[in-house]
Amino acid sequence: MAAIYSLYIINKSGGLIFYKDYGSAGRMDTNDSLRLASLWHSMHAISQQLSPVNGCAGIELLQADNFDLHCFQSLTGTKFFVVCEPGSLHMESLLKYIYELYTDYVLKNPFYEMEMPIRCELFDINLSQAVQKDRVALLGR
Amino acid sequence: MQFFGGSEISPSPPQPTVSGNNAHMLYVFNRNGVCLLYREWNRPLKTLNPQQDHKLMFGLLFSLKSLTAKMDPTSADKGNLGVPQLPGQGCSFHSFRTNTYKLSFMESPSGIKIILVTHPRTGDLRESLKYIYNLYVEYVVKNPLYSPGAPIKCELFNSTLDQYVRGLG
Repeated sequence: MAAIYSLYIINKSGGLIFYKDYGSAGRMDTNDSLRLASLWHSMHAISQQLSPVNGCAGIELLQADNFDLHCFQSLTGTKFFVVCEPGSLHMESLLKYIYELYTDYVLKNPFYEMEMPIRCELFDINLSQAVQKDRVALLGR
Repeated sequence: MQFFGGSEISPSPPQPTVSGNNAHMLYVFNRNGVCLLYREWNRPLKTLNPQQDHKLMFGLLFSLKSLTAKMDPTSADKGNLGVPQLPGQGCSFHSFRTNTYKLSFMESPSGIKIILVTHPRTGDLRESLKYIYNLYVEYVVKNPLYSPGAPIKCELFNSTLDQYVRGLG
C-alpha cells in the first residue's frame, strides 16, 4: 500500500490547480476533488479565526481515523496538501520539496498562467520521482 | 468509532502528556449543535462574540467531518460530499493542529461532541477526552436536576473538570 494517497494544490482563492491520486480506494471525480479543495480552503480560513492566540496560520495537520492530512501554505497563499497513511513521517519536508518543484517547473515556465491549472510535463515527471523517492526513504527506514 | 464500555470512572485517569498549564478552552455540543458547555482557561484573543464563536466552531467540526468522510482513501463507498452522517458513521477525525493551537475532538454515540483546545505540542488526548466524557456522564447525566439538551450548570462537574484539565496541562 502506498504511503501517500493523494496530493492537492490549491491557489490563493481556493481553486484546485493540481490533483494527483496515488491509489486511494473509491472513485473521486473532478467535481468531488474541486469541492474538497475549496472546502479545505474555507476550513483552513475558519481555523485561523478560532485561534485562542494571535498569529495563527491555519491547519498544518489533520488527523482523521483512516488518514493524515498535512498542509503547507506558501507565503503567496498557495496551499499544498497531501493525504497519507496515519503516522507518516517526513511529510513537511516532502511538501516543501514539492513547493520547490512548483517554483522551479511551474512558476518559471513562461507558458504557465498564474492561478490556472498546472499542466507541465516536467513538473509531473519530477513530482512522481519525488514521491517515489520518499516512498523508498520510508521503506528503507 | 467504538462504544465506551461501562460508565465507571476509571480509577486512574490517563497520565498527562505534557506538564504545565496549556489548555485554552473546552466546548461541549449536543447533536443539535447547541453549546452545552463552554469553559475558557486561557484565551487572550477573541475575534467574535460567544454565540458566533460557538456557531463557527460547530460549523467547522461539521464540515471537517464531511470532508474527512468524503476524503477517506481506504473506503470505496463514500457517498456524496455533505450528506449528513450519523455519529460513528463514515471516517471522522480526532484532532488537528495549527501553529498556535491543537484541537482534539471526540464524538460519543449519542452525538455529544467534546472539543478541547490546547497548546500545539500536546500529545494524543483521545484518552483524556474519554475521561472527560465519563465525567460528563457521572456528574451531568446522572444529576437528577439536569434536563437533557440544557446548558450544563453543575458546580461539581465544572470544578472536577477544571481540576482535571489543569492537571492535564
